[in-house]
Amino acid sequence: MTGCRIDYAERRVARRTEGLRRAPVCIDLTLSRAPIGFGSGSGLELNSESRPAILNGNVRQRRRRYGRSDWSDPMARDEVGTPSILKSGAKAPNFTLKTTPDQSVSLNDFLGRPVVLAFYPADWSPVCSDQMGLYAQLMPEFKKFEAEVLGISVDGIWSHLAFSKDRRLNFPLLADFEPKGAVSRLYGAYEHSNGESTRALFVIDKKGVIRWSYLSPDGVNPGADGILAALEKL
Amino acid sequence: MAYTPPKLTLQVGDRDHSAGPNDAPMVLVEYGDYQCPYCGAAYPIIKRIQKELSGHLRFVFRNFPITNAHQYAEWAAETAEAVAVQGRFWEIHDFLYENQASLGDEEYFRKYEAKLGLDVDKITREVGHHDFTGRVQEDFMSGVRSGVNGTPTFFINGNRYDGYPEFHPLVAALKEAQATSGRRK
Repeated sequence: MTGCRIDYAERRVARRTEGLRRAPVCIDLTLSRAPIGFGSGSGLELNSESRPAILNGNVRQRRRRYGRSDWSDPMARDEVGTPSILKSGAKAPNFTLKTTPDQSVSLNDFLGRPVVLAFYPADWSPVCSDQMGLYAQLMPEFKKFEAEVLGISVDGIWSHLAFSKDRRLNFPLLADFEPKGAVSRLYGAYEHSNGESTRALFVIDKKGVIRWSYLSPDGVNPGADGILAALEKL
Repeated sequence: MAYTPPKLTLQVGDRDHSAGPNDAPMVLVEYGDYQCPYCGAAYPIIKRIQKELSGHLRFVFRNFPITNAHQYAEWAAETAEAVAVQGRFWEIHDFLYENQASLGDEEYFRKYEAKLGLDVDKITREVGHHDFTGRVQEDFMSGVRSGVNGTPTFFINGNRYDGYPEFHPLVAALKEAQATSGRRK
């Protein structure tokens, strides 16, 4: 609740430190899908000279990695994201991760039910609510498909517990903490440059086969439309 | 694979709260939460845009209350729907955004409803009975299915707008959408 009242100055700092431009909105959402181009001539495009240095570093890094110079081009952003994650049709690799200090969860525990795996970069993004908060609110919809939702990041269990309590989450958050990012790597959902999971989504059927996967363009917080459509198709 | 923004799955129609001509070449749909400070910040910007594009813009508001973060958002949405039944949706919509700091003080909003000459008891009763929960949920789910992942989220002529909710970028995107649809005709 109080976490929502973040002033713009604080958000600007957060934006800079994260190297992301974010739109001022309430769920993490739009957050990062923000900057995809205002259209030419609006005078609002930032060029590399006017961007803060940290962002320029980011662009240079992208150029090295992807050979693309226009980071505001949504197509470029999409291509940045897509190649590596496990695809529909693949067997979902089993894993066991801690969800509380004395409880672990294995993917195989859920055989017989659909599972939504939501990898995300970090607890505590500096916004009102976030992707996980939206999923919590949508739990009744997921339950219509008897689907389990599991959030996964490289944060430790104590962070997860506090985050979960603060955002009133009603599904488990799993700590891909030691060895760091091992499960994220298994699913191709690990970003080596910053040591975080990417925003990759997987819908797994009751036999443990991936039926849909999606990697959000860098920084774009996905909604739930793709997940629900995939669950309907199972 | 080219990036294409998600599309509005529930088309604008008679069910909607709408301002401006029905056949306007520019249609702006907002999914908003009355308690969200960023929607509050966008509110005067939308007003300015409506003035700027007067006669050419249809503006539609749909509910997207983020209830696990905003304790009064659902109440506000259902209150607005109850007032809408009595024909004064835009008045209460504006009043809620202009008085976000007073959310939670139900008496304060009842006084305003009385000032509008509305049947305040009926509104209180309907909100108490959650008569409009279904309607608000329909708005919410239409947003979820259209790729809304937070508030405010805007759609321009059916396509999600991924830029900043500021005056100039929104006007530029609206005019661009108008030009594009004009060329198609």
